[in-house]
Amino acid sequence: MSPRITGAIAARVLIQLRRDRRTLVMLLALPCLILTLLWWMFHGPGAGTGFDTLGPPLLALIPFVVMFLVTSVTTLRERSTGTLERLLAMPTGKGDFLGGYALAFGLVATVQSVLAVLLCHWVLGLQVSGPVWMLVVVAVVDAVLGTALGLFVSAFARTEFQAVQFMPLLVIPQILLCGLFIPRDAMPRVLEAVSDVLPLSYAVDAMTAVSTTAGSGFGGVDRSVWSDIAVVVAFALAGLALGAATLRRRTP
Amino acid sequence: MMNNEPVLDVRDLVVQRGRVHAIRELSFSMRAGEVTGLLGPSGCGKSTLMRAVVGVQVLTSGTVEVLGLPAGDRRLRDRVGYVTQAPSVYDDLTVTENLRFFCRVLGAPASEVDRCIVAVDLGSHRDQVVSRLSGGQRSRVSLAVALLGSPELLVLDEPTVGLDPVLRRDLWAMFHELAAGGTGVLVSSHVMDEAERCDRLLLMRDGALLAVDTPQALLQRTGTEDVESAFLSLVDGTREAA
Repeated sequence: MSPRITGAIAARVLIQLRRDRRTLVMLLALPCLILTLLWWMFHGPGAGTGFDTLGPPLLALIPFVVMFLVTSVTTLRERSTGTLERLLAMPTGKGDFLGGYALAFGLVATVQSVLAVLLCHWVLGLQVSGPVWMLVVVAVVDAVLGTALGLFVSAFARTEFQAVQFMPLLVIPQILLCGLFIPRDAMPRVLEAVSDVLPLSYAVDAMTAVSTTAGSGFGGVDRSVWSDIAVVVAFALAGLALGAATLRRRTP
Repeated sequence: MMNNEPVLDVRDLVVQRGRVHAIRELSFSMRAGEVTGLLGPSGCGKSTLMRAVVGVQVLTSGTVEVLGLPAGDRRLRDRVGYVTQAPSVYDDLTVTENLRFFCRVLGAPASEVDRCIVAVDLGSHRDQVVSRLSGGQRSRVSLAVALLGSPELLVLDEPTVGLDPVLRRDLWAMFHELAAGGTGVLVSSHVMDEAERCDRLLLMRDGALLAVDTPQALLQRTGTEDVESAFLSLVDGTREAA
């Protein structure tokens, strides 16, 4: 890996994004719109504390889903237009390619998450017991996880249609099982066990813990938050490693 | 490195792509200082051969050596320039942004960006987004990227298709200039009349080489007037022999 090449790729991805205004606006504004809709839903006559319970899991979910989609489509495009082949025939390392994308989208995810968290906490009045900046940390880690999985699945799609179909396959089951609809320990044993090995469960656990409890661990959160984050990071790294294995210099 | 060492040496190369024998046993070598044309109908294996030379093709058997190293070697990655048939540049970046990006990846000096844009005559389009350019202009952006850092071997897959005759002449002049400066230039084309612009020809058909010769010698040997007729006469000759 070379910092020069990784940096060049990250900068290029950001320039491409800047040029695609509509995508950029959607990336930054959509999460805020969805969270506002959620807040509004719980402002009817029979509403309780729904926003405080569902807000944090959604803060974890949205960056993950958005980055998964964006990354799988962009990398697929790079494979099909031949620019990936050209880059790999040059001194680019696989790590440079993946790292450059992770860096660029990680940066976008940071801006996206900061906006969403600011809106939730200061405008929509989301109750957060732990430190607010920790919500951003968890959201960014989730986004990087989405990027890593997106990079990986792009290797198995031949068209952009197929790439988008990986979202219901890989993402929706995780949303169902992450504890958003019913607590994970209230699900049938088998499904609980399955949810134990899905990364999004840990992401949602971490986000919920930060917003509901303050702890004495590093960063003013419970120790369990950091172990949840560690699990998500491990999944992201595994996704990047698998993604690297699918990048071939020589193809048949 | 000795000057008369071949820039490219292909020995007994066989490439099978799926069930197709894309290249069936083929050998040749190529020196710097000449423009070598790889000619043959589309689908005859030209692109596969070029992919093998740049080291992005899985080989079934045989060897490909570039500048004395096995094709695709790490040390070759900034010494070989490659243009694929479909322009592989970023549609949503401007010409300059594309060049600047690949220039940074190669670690070439920033002055290369301008030099290469001018070399392919895109100076007046440098700030235009590639998706707004015509097909021919787009393939020239791709060619400009291959020129970055003055590689020692240029592998160009149909770089002049669909271009204006004046521009085509200028590009061929540039290829000869580069070759005269010591660069190895391998250019493919399915248009037989481009053959006369080459110093040496590799005539290819159905995954094999029909002839490796200078255009003059080829015409003399086959007693024909143009490369297209020479090609036909060679094909008929191999049929009769078989």
